[in-house]
Amino acid sequence: MIEFFDLEGYGMLLLKGTRLTLAVGVFSIVITLLLGLAAALCKLSRNKILSGLAEVYTTVIRGIPELVLILLVYYGGPTVIQDIAALWGKNLYIDLNPFVAGSVTIGFIYGAFATEVYRGAFLAVPKGELEAGRACGMSPFMTFRRIHLPQMCRFAIPGLGNVWMVLIKATALISIIQLPELMRSADVAARSTRKPFSCFFMASLLYLGITILSLAFQQWAERRADRGVRREAR
Amino acid sequence: MDIDVIIQTLPDFFDGAVITMKLTVISVTIGFFLALVVAVMRTSKKPYVWMPAYGFSFYFRGTPLLVQLFLIYYESGQFQDFLTDVGLWTYFREAWFCALLTLTLNTTAYSAEIFRGGIQGVSFGEIEAGRAYGMSGFKLYRRIILPSAIRIAWPAYTNEVVFLLQATSLVSIITLMDLTGVARVASARTFAFYELFLTIAVIYLVLVYGVIFIFKRIENRINAYLNLGIPEPWKCISI
Repeated sequence: MIEFFDLEGYGMLLLKGTRLTLAVGVFSIVITLLLGLAAALCKLSRNKILSGLAEVYTTVIRGIPELVLILLVYYGGPTVIQDIAALWGKNLYIDLNPFVAGSVTIGFIYGAFATEVYRGAFLAVPKGELEAGRACGMSPFMTFRRIHLPQMCRFAIPGLGNVWMVLIKATALISIIQLPELMRSADVAARSTRKPFSCFFMASLLYLGITILSLAFQQWAERRADRGVRREAR
Repeated sequence: MDIDVIIQTLPDFFDGAVITMKLTVISVTIGFFLALVVAVMRTSKKPYVWMPAYGFSFYFRGTPLLVQLFLIYYESGQFQDFLTDVGLWTYFREAWFCALLTLTLNTTAYSAEIFRGGIQGVSFGEIEAGRAYGMSGFKLYRRIILPSAIRIAWPAYTNEVVFLLQATSLVSIITLMDLTGVARVASARTFAFYELFLTIAVIYLVLVYGVIFIFKRIENRINAYLNLGIPEPWKCISI
């Protein structure tokens, strides 16, 4: 049994991979949150062009597998730019950084899911609160900044927590474009130790650990966001 | 843009799409029934019944599908002697079997949680009515609880099937020639990366919205009793 969990010194590699996985996750969730917010505002705006663009974005991105989009950006991106440069007679050679390409793509994909979460949250804020803000003499932008945005967060946290949970698991796909994150490190360790089951099982436990910590954090955040809500006495 | 490459690869894409759909249909069908069993176990009050079900779905929902796929596909190497003894080695040697097993277990775990929500959403009056007719145990589940639970869970289940259809693209990593696999091999040969990947992106879009269309039709059908043209005031009672 001990032999089963002995990774022959590759344990450190897995931990380093976990660090990189978390870095990719944080980098892409920041993109996801900002892009999702922007797209949700576009979707809710009265401007037909903006809402149409946001609609196309969420519809198309949610219908294509993550792996295909990652491959499309990482391999297809440079060739598109090279082909365009060739039209002007320039000879370009571009190599994308897997970290940037991977996390930007993941952030872009999950931005589409976050858009729907934000949209629902914006619509869930009671109209009365916004009217109250206007009645106090706040300008529309001030009402948005002081009331609509903070109140929306309370409704968005459960959905965004879900998006994060799916996103951190999707970062495993970046191993396909050779970024040495957790999954790739486990693959390297599996090849050298010839104990694939032990290595991948260890990796899966590390992912599970991230999930458990995220769940705990999400519960804390939800409780904190709800602290102003009146409930019946228990 | 190299249109010729796309046209030349179209027959291969067709074969790839067939494999993608086969994987989806088989694992969704098996996963549907397994998930019902796991969901019923999850709602049990006995710890030795609900705990294994909970552990199973927690593990498969908490780890990436890619890890599960590698675990099952490469694991067999470490346990080759054992698997040969049990007579399962011939199955685990095949990428096709491993992919199908992983996808089935994965979708079972996710759907089980969805169906559990459905089972808990069945109104107690329906169960009481069933009991009053003298049904109990299996018959109560088959006739009353599960049909109602599936109706409640159907929209969320549609999402899960769409995710599974997209997740099948991962099997290209363990050498299966599904849509993504075909595009990866063809693009490595021709360097027409964005043409080929954009083409399969469009094919996936069509498949995904096709699945959504079919599942919406099923949803309308299983909820047909809600739209029988009953006068409005009575409608709210039937819901």
